[in-house]
Amino acid sequence: MRIFKKHLFLIVVLSANFAALIFLPQTGIKSIEFTLKNFMNFLFMLAPVFICIGLMDVWIDRETMVKLMGKNSNSKGILISFAFGVVTAVPLYALLPVAGMLLKKGSKISNVLIFICSSASIRIPLLLFEVSYMGWKFTAVRFVVNLFIVFAIAIIIDKNLNEKDKNEIYDNAYRL
Amino acid sequence: MSNIFSYYLYGIAVILLSISFVKNKSKTLIALKKSLKMFLNILPQFIAILFLLGLLLAAIPSDVIKNTLGENSSFSGILLSAALGSATIIPVIIAFPIASQLLQSGAGIVQIAVFISTLTTVGLITMPLEIKYLGKKTTYMRNMLAFLFSFITAYITGWALR
Repeated sequence: MRIFKKHLFLIVVLSANFAALIFLPQTGIKSIEFTLKNFMNFLFMLAPVFICIGLMDVWIDRETMVKLMGKNSNSKGILISFAFGVVTAVPLYALLPVAGMLLKKGSKISNVLIFICSSASIRIPLLLFEVSYMGWKFTAVRFVVNLFIVFAIAIIIDKNLNEKDKNEIYDNAYRL
Repeated sequence: MSNIFSYYLYGIAVILLSISFVKNKSKTLIALKKSLKMFLNILPQFIAILFLLGLLLAAIPSDVIKNTLGENSSFSGILLSAALGSATIIPVIIAFPIASQLLQSGAGIVQIAVFISTLTTVGLITMPLEIKYLGKKTTYMRNMLAFLFSFITAYITGWALR
């Protein structure tokens, strides 16, 4: 029963796929094809990310991380989180394990949010790519607007989390 | 999706791994074991997300995506573009070339901008995974805010490029 509850999402999705295979075989087969193709892409993307966070776990001690991005890191912590975010050009799903590791090592939640938000919307390694396809004006406007939005989102969420919410997030990070 | 940006990530991983290995072999092995353990821990969620994405992509043909982003510039069209961007995972490496083509063939700039913003910042189907790392409250707030702010970015982009 516990296993069932723990993997409810997986069970529901697998059943839906199974139903598609039976009732809409064309869609079902196509779905499985997409899933397999995406699985390879995801693995390819995630392998280096997980290697890096494993190394982070072993080599970076808590004190260092707390000093860099922890409670009293203030503006330096904000800057480091932002800089770390914008150079990390990976999709959201690959960012989350990194965020989990940052939390585990004692980074401030607002800093981790800045990291996630800045990395999702501003990816320096991809800027030239964006310019070449969308033009410099499109890229520049989005870049500047996103600068403000990243901090707006991080501040709004942080202000709405109480002590209990924050402790839950940290407890959770230890278990990952 | 094998692109230079994943290779850049592989480069960093290999360099860090080599440095770690030279410095301390056993510590490096522990790190790799931890990587594997952390990965296996979230694997069920990942597989579920992949199957859901597979279903979505199979159910929504690419033509529908192109038509939604390409045609009417009404608010409902923009809303639909935002919904598509939120629900799908398409690497930006693939999304930008498509978006640029659609722009050239007359698609609205606001639709394209809102699609790109939601695609990169809102993860509707990766939410179970995000909850695992950040908890429910933060995940819901982050996705909702990212969704709302995507419209602001898109409208400002549309206004600046008009």
